[in-house]
Amino acid sequence: MGDTAAGVNLVERIKRSKLLQLFLLICAFLILYFTITPSENNYLWRLPSLFAIVPIKLNETVNYLMFDWFPIDIWNADIEDYEESALLKEITRSFSRAVLFFIELIREILLGGKKTIVAFTSWDFVSENEWAVWPALPWTVVAASAVVLGYALKGKWLALFVAFATGYIAVFGQWEPAMETLSFVLVAAPISVILGLLFGIWAFKSKRVEAILMPLLNIAQTMPHFSYLVPVTVLFGVGDHAGAIATVIFATPPMIRLTLLGLKAVPPEVGEAGMMNGCTKTQLMFKVLVPSARQNILVGVNQVIMQCLAMAVIASFIGAKGLGYNLLLSLNQLRIGQALELGICIVLIAVVLDKLSLAWAKKQIDYFADQSFAQRHKYGLIVFGILIGGCVLAFIGTYLFQGGINYFYLIPHNKGITTEPFWQAGVDWMVDNWYAQLQGFNRGLIINVLVPMKNAYLGMPVAATFLLTMGIGFIVGGLRSALIVGGFILFIALTEWWDRALITAYMATFAVIVSMILGTIVGVVCAQSTNSSKFILVVCDTLQTFPSFIYLIPVIMLFGVTDTSVLIAVIVYATIPAIRYTVEGLRNVPQALLDAGNMSGVTRLQRLRTIEFPLALPHFMLGINQVVVFALFMIIIGAMIGTEDLGQYILKALSDKNGIGNGLMLGLCVAFIGLAVDHVISTWAKQRRAMLGLE
Amino acid sequence: MKITKTLAMSAVVAASFAFGGMANAADSSKPIKIPTHNWSSQVVMAYVIGGMFESMGGTVEYVPADSQAVYEAIRLGDVTISHEVWQSTFGASFYNAMDKGGVIDAGTHEAATLEEMGVPKYVIDMDLCPGLPNWEALKDCPEVFATADSDGKGRWLEGPQSWHGDLMPERLEGLGIADKYTVKFAGSADAIWAELESAKKEKRGIITFNWTPNFTDADGFVFIEFPEFTPGCRKADGGDGSCGSPKGWMKKAANYQFPKTHPAAYKAFTKTSFTTTQIGQMAALVDIDKMSHEDAAKKWLADNEAVWKPFTE
Repeated sequence: MGDTAAGVNLVERIKRSKLLQLFLLICAFLILYFTITPSENNYLWRLPSLFAIVPIKLNETVNYLMFDWFPIDIWNADIEDYEESALLKEITRSFSRAVLFFIELIREILLGGKKTIVAFTSWDFVSENEWAVWPALPWTVVAASAVVLGYALKGKWLALFVAFATGYIAVFGQWEPAMETLSFVLVAAPISVILGLLFGIWAFKSKRVEAILMPLLNIAQTMPHFSYLVPVTVLFGVGDHAGAIATVIFATPPMIRLTLLGLKAVPPEVGEAGMMNGCTKTQLMFKVLVPSARQNILVGVNQVIMQCLAMAVIASFIGAKGLGYNLLLSLNQLRIGQALELGICIVLIAVVLDKLSLAWAKKQIDYFADQSFAQRHKYGLIVFGILIGGCVLAFIGTYLFQGGINYFYLIPHNKGITTEPFWQAGVDWMVDNWYAQLQGFNRGLIINVLVPMKNAYLGMPVAATFLLTMGIGFIVGGLRSALIVGGFILFIALTEWWDRALITAYMATFAVIVSMILGTIVGVVCAQSTNSSKFILVVCDTLQTFPSFIYLIPVIMLFGVTDTSVLIAVIVYATIPAIRYTVEGLRNVPQALLDAGNMSGVTRLQRLRTIEFPLALPHFMLGINQVVVFALFMIIIGAMIGTEDLGQYILKALSDKNGIGNGLMLGLCVAFIGLAVDHVISTWAKQRRAMLGLE
Repeated sequence: MKITKTLAMSAVVAASFAFGGMANAADSSKPIKIPTHNWSSQVVMAYVIGGMFESMGGTVEYVPADSQAVYEAIRLGDVTISHEVWQSTFGASFYNAMDKGGVIDAGTHEAATLEEMGVPKYVIDMDLCPGLPNWEALKDCPEVFATADSDGKGRWLEGPQSWHGDLMPERLEGLGIADKYTVKFAGSADAIWAELESAKKEKRGIITFNWTPNFTDADGFVFIEFPEFTPGCRKADGGDGSCGSPKGWMKKAANYQFPKTHPAAYKAFTKTSFTTTQIGQMAALVDIDKMSHEDAAKKWLADNEAVWKPFTE
């Protein structure tokens, strides 16, 4: 009798205590880990790679659809003959041409050129008529107009900032690449915003669309951008348009999500008020609901702009001209100073566009002001004046700088001042003084931590991995979570890249742990005052758009082509969201609870430990999600240093015969690692928030 | 958008009617698209070849592209040519694309390339490993080339695995020094340059994969002399792998329509052939003299008219 009672008691205790469940899970995991024998034929050790055929089939399908399906004859004037092409190829290429037309149009307004004229005439026409060249706007006109725009939208501080940014870009001789980057961002960003709004609204109206869209968005946001570069080039070709299209794929998902979030948050009363006033459906959506959801939608626009510029470097892998391409070139020459200046240009463009678009969206139209023509069109007139003035100045410039560069018209690339020697000296100094000291640390870390950790991951039988991941899923979210997590892992286990995925997982685990520790410490310190919080959030925003490629070279110089280098680059990048979420979490703890604590006489540390941390914990945990995604992205970029993980194979897919299929499958593997973690953490955070009464 | 597209379309149709009848050997005025990758000699040579085409009255456009993905782009006509197809690094991508159709071989440069493991010149000068560049010397000094993660062995820093697969690990086996050396695959050429630069500052021993002509020629780079390459000596071809690299070719590739659309430019392109020295000059103008790529190309074209003019005639 006593034994059964004790037994029932134990089962009850296990049911109640998640910690105990976790303990038992780990025990079972360890037993499997050490008892299953490594052998190719043992399915408990490694699953057979049943999916190995999928990338090949995927490739064949895409190639068939693109190049063989529905053949049509196209007249080619250049070779005077009909050529066989495929319908889908012609469709996607016409789409490419349309996108390219707009990019070229904006680019030629800013920098001058012939292609827009060609679009309306022909290359023959342009080559026969010397005069058929569109002149560039002098850089002074573009810069001054942007400053006026800043002033008109927000006031003198924004104007000053814009002046600083444009001045920096011009003075450092990066005007041309900056305008090239700007021209494709000015096409990609509006497309992303519009697509995001439309899909967001559609998902808001239809539950079914939402249900289909959500998993796609999850994948799009966790899939490394490298993995869809090849498909984009096959479908749309190489060039600025391909860069823009890849950027749109990357930048649209957060916009959809935030639009949907915003619309859902609009109180029903607002919609009802609109209906009572007799709005049509369209009016209700665009005049009532969308404006009410403005706050979230604007965050979406901000995200789109940040993502667009974060893609500037990667887009140059498939033909986007501009700052990103020049940055890769200078990294190849190990000119870190130059790369840094280019990186700062990218950040400045991001911030300027972000601030201008926010100011524009927040500007209210004053319907009642009774103004004269000159008053109403004040800024238009000023810009017109600037245009005339700038052109005159550029004209004077042709006499002033005879034969040389007309600095009043366009400053050619890399003909400005540069701080490169300073940075170069800095890097040299760093290598000279730190290299020797760091070697001990590097060796110790590799021998004592990284190699054993990697071997431990690679020595994990697949059955044990499933038990552990699904078990954690079960403890957190019950059977449903266990199955979801298991599904993600099963997909990876059935590909031929399971071992590669384990290496990716090992690097991600290490980087995420270190990033979380660093991020939490910095975050907690900075969250102590409002000013330092604001400051660190601005720093985080800036670093998020700063091209992470630049970290790669200095870390190699200090740590060599080793996992240490990769991990340090990853940690630098992944700590950004860790800091952000810690600060936000702590700052968002309800003031009333803090006051209650203060009145009960807690010390500063007690308050942090007993009130702020527990309440901010769900938000921290969501931060982990972001840290994981950032870490995975950077591990993939870290493949350029030299790794053996999924990233290396994604890079390799760029030249593979089965590039499309391999790239996509590998991308999905990375995405599924991220999504498995995401699912567990979001489920946990949701329960926790409900428990704390925060929902 | 609709209007502009219709306009553009009708313009294209009009153009094809207007000029369709002019069936002669003249080059199309449509731009020749030349890819630029991320290393100096290739970018300068892109502008050099572009300058040649322009001197013949052609229009040229430069497209940044990934050096591996570019062959697919040439195949589909998104890029017209590629002027530096290195045998061991891009041979696979080049022939893959050719298999699918759409890429043609437009001849070979005079420059013989060598892609091989080697050491910076100071390693020889300072006698860090006596007996180099003969490979036998490696047996006695693995510790000179050891790194933090090589577990006491000497490390060979090889290019990405996508370049030559397991060629180097197999060579170590074949030479019988696999117990003393280990291969580490770098992820990109940049990673190799960064390691070389860092090693140079400390005058550290380092063995890396490298090639010539390359900008590292200027600083001095010595290739290790392995047993001579013979056909079939590699493991993949049935040998034991104990041989060095052969002298390789550097080809030029073009889209299959290029000869038809731009016959004159195509002829010039097939005649174009640069030597190792000339390619080295192009790279040095950027890497040593710190000129911009465009300026370097202009200077090279101005200084070497005797070299390139004959190609265009």
